[in-house]
Amino acid sequence: MPLSGEISTASPLFDRARARLAPVAASLIKDLQSAIGVKHVLHAPEDLLVYEYDATIERGLPEAVVLPETTAEVAAAVRVAKRHGVPVTARGSGTGLSGGAIPCEGGIVIVTARMDRILKLDPANRLAVVQPGVINLDISKAAAPHGLYYAPDPSSQKACSIGGNVAQNAGGPHTLRYGSTVNHVLGLEIVTPDGDIVTLGGEALGAPGYDLTGLVVGSEGTLAIVTAVVVRLLPQAQATITLLAVFDEVRQASEAVSAIIAAGVLPAALEMIDGKTMQAVEPFVNAGYPPDADAALLIEVEGLEEETSEQAEAVRATCEVSGAREIRIGMSPDEREKLWAGRKGALGALGRLAPSYYILDGVVPRTRLPDVLSGVYEACERYDMPVANVFHAGDGNLHPNLMFDDRVPGAAERVLELGEEIMRLCVDAGGSITGEHGVGFEKRNYMSWIFSDDDLAVMARVKSAFGAEERFNPGKVFPSSKGCGEVSSRMKTAIAKIGPDAYV
Amino acid sequence: MTGSRPFAPTDDDLSQCVRCGLCLEHCPTYAETRLETQSPRGRLYLIRAISDGVIEPTPNALGHLDSCLQCRNCEAVCPSGVPYGRIMEQARADALGRGAAPFSWRLRALFLREVIARPGRLRMFAAALRASQRVGLLSLAQRLRFVGTSATLAPRTRGQPFTDTGLIARPEGEERARVAMLSGCIMPLAYGDVHRATARVLARNGCAVSAPAAQGCCGALHAHNGDLDTARALARRNIDAFLNEAPDAIVVNSAGCAAAMKEYGDLLTGDAAYRDRAREMSALVKDVHEYLVGLPFEAPTETLDLSVTYQDPCHLAHAQRISAAPRQVLNAIPGLRLAEMEDADRCCGAAGVYSFTQAEMSIRLLDEKMLDALNTGADVIATANPGCLAQLEAGVRRGGGRARVRHVIELLDRAYSATGI
Repeated sequence: MPLSGEISTASPLFDRARARLAPVAASLIKDLQSAIGVKHVLHAPEDLLVYEYDATIERGLPEAVVLPETTAEVAAAVRVAKRHGVPVTARGSGTGLSGGAIPCEGGIVIVTARMDRILKLDPANRLAVVQPGVINLDISKAAAPHGLYYAPDPSSQKACSIGGNVAQNAGGPHTLRYGSTVNHVLGLEIVTPDGDIVTLGGEALGAPGYDLTGLVVGSEGTLAIVTAVVVRLLPQAQATITLLAVFDEVRQASEAVSAIIAAGVLPAALEMIDGKTMQAVEPFVNAGYPPDADAALLIEVEGLEEETSEQAEAVRATCEVSGAREIRIGMSPDEREKLWAGRKGALGALGRLAPSYYILDGVVPRTRLPDVLSGVYEACERYDMPVANVFHAGDGNLHPNLMFDDRVPGAAERVLELGEEIMRLCVDAGGSITGEHGVGFEKRNYMSWIFSDDDLAVMARVKSAFGAEERFNPGKVFPSSKGCGEVSSRMKTAIAKIGPDAYV
Repeated sequence: MTGSRPFAPTDDDLSQCVRCGLCLEHCPTYAETRLETQSPRGRLYLIRAISDGVIEPTPNALGHLDSCLQCRNCEAVCPSGVPYGRIMEQARADALGRGAAPFSWRLRALFLREVIARPGRLRMFAAALRASQRVGLLSLAQRLRFVGTSATLAPRTRGQPFTDTGLIARPEGEERARVAMLSGCIMPLAYGDVHRATARVLARNGCAVSAPAAQGCCGALHAHNGDLDTARALARRNIDAFLNEAPDAIVVNSAGCAAAMKEYGDLLTGDAAYRDRAREMSALVKDVHEYLVGLPFEAPTETLDLSVTYQDPCHLAHAQRISAAPRQVLNAIPGLRLAEMEDADRCCGAAGVYSFTQAEMSIRLLDEKMLDALNTGADVIATANPGCLAQLEAGVRRGGGRARVRHVIELLDRAYSATGI
């Protein structure tokens, strides 16, 4: 791809890090150390630096990082933070795509990576109780011997944590049929901003009263820190068939999406991969994608055996009518995995085309897909910005990936500008600013496109009800003009007050 | 940026990482510590930050780089194609080059350069090790603090050293190929039996096998440690030694050596005099299993009534991306039952000199590996790299059951000749 502009010798990548690698108050570190042990409190600059990123392009450096192992340790760390008046940001695997785990205003990052135990697997009641650091796919692996699995399957499922999934209400290809994380969480154990441990929901279905579990799922770490999750497990489908339909034109493929649903089929997944993505992925996975096709649909149907083959047939016929030039069918697990490999590895493979990418997450009504997609391609052309589209077409959940070089001065700004324009396209088409990645830091200022000031004020009152104010994951979800990683006035005052001698 | 620092990783390589995190769960040190600094993504970020002058190459920061096994599991799963192995070698070379590396690191470089790379001194060193093994000094040292772990992990020798050079085996039946075999540095001293088995197996399959006298250490350990100058010098010596024989293939039974030799082209890309020959050499290098499967090899007829589990050497499965061929060899042996262990391609903790420099982490990884291996109930743990052989043998010594540790080729050799293992 063409990378326009000259590459500066000093990368702007670390500019904010340079500004922020300031020393930290010794007493904060000492208190954290006595709360959860010296070994699991990080404060050296080089140890903190790697917690300033997630999978987005935002940066924000923490003042301290703690890696608790138990709920009690999380609560203790939160109480220390409260005492010192510093914010807390929870982090799972750092694979998020909206800057949700980035400590925009410094403070403490609580990493749940060491809380990675499956506390209980209850096949009879089809549920599991897991710590937040458990990797999404590991739940399905543990449940597999019982013929069960955990349905939400973000593309990062080999690496992302269930705690992060809960925070962002993560979706995935199979959201179309089974819903997102919120539909699969029965209960939560949380730590409140005051450091209290509270249980929401439970192992039984249909808890009375307000659905506080549902409220915390998707709250992006602004209300509470999740320390245990009760997840629902589903029985594995008796039969699964994966189809890959190849099209010469994106428009044909996007029209086929609506046609499939209109034909009365509810696929387990209905994904679109455009030509650019296929070209990026092919050398890595050898999925057999044709190099000259403009789009492909990956369609998975599942259920009872007979019903599944009928559905597969209906999908095949519909795709043919829509102009598919080739249809491949994967029946065995190996064949299916191969068809999927290109989709699951797509995001990382785009890294081969450019040093950086910016992945957008917007939703439009399914029937508006063809028009909005054309709009996306048009806008990207206007900005001369290469774009690859790989997304959950069945949900109308778009993921344009803008590819650029973060070392080129001004490139990141242009990308953000273009991203904003594309999000606007989605909202104008009657859609939304996030399908599954969350609002995070990235899209907080688009919230006002969808919500009125009154709406946002009500949300802020919910936050207050949890006692969160600006203590948990500040700078996220709510509109604000402050940039991520800018030194907050609180920090400046703190540094000035303590003086250089008190630094560790 | 690289003007004054000839070894520094390139910006292009570093910027391949998009921080998607898909490497995390494949990294043995991240799995153990759950620390981002001990993950591939974190290490790449630290390397870039050191390169950009954001942080100093402090002992702490370099320690995170040093704790990397260089198993390259991350590289094999990276969808962005980050050349992690190359970056890590260059980052270490840069640290050594600018004098930032800690003393122990420089000491290690000295040992690798002055002992491992020099056959005469290495033989003396091995003789001393052999003697201390014989008089029980090593078992004694195992009980001491500080050196105990290293003594446990120190390789024990098996069989007579392999010292043959020139034509070492004539083809049985019609000659199908003329191949040259890498003897290497530690392998002929510690695992002479494996070399003899390899020569017999190749001969059995119609190969005339030679071991060029002028060859030496492949330089893998030096490159991994960041001593790229020595690695290049060793590569040049081997290129001369092997290409002068004009073999049909260069067959290597040590995964780490084959991986390094397949990358000679890369290593010497800046050397105008050797660049082309280095590429030519790399193209000739074949892992022994890869080569046998490609021939294809003759199916053995003798039965080995054994349950075998296979441990993938990292530099075979991840660096060379070869995991099917050794299993095909094992499955071809009548009576042999292949019992797969969990995470067979997770590093056993050997990782070259890692078992000495990072003994604590090495032992943690080894214990997990032994647990997985023993869970299969296998009689034999098979692998295909000297480091792994030594490490797994140490695992057995540490109380990891009664399993025997063998190179895959040793098993094939027995299945050809019908002698017990």
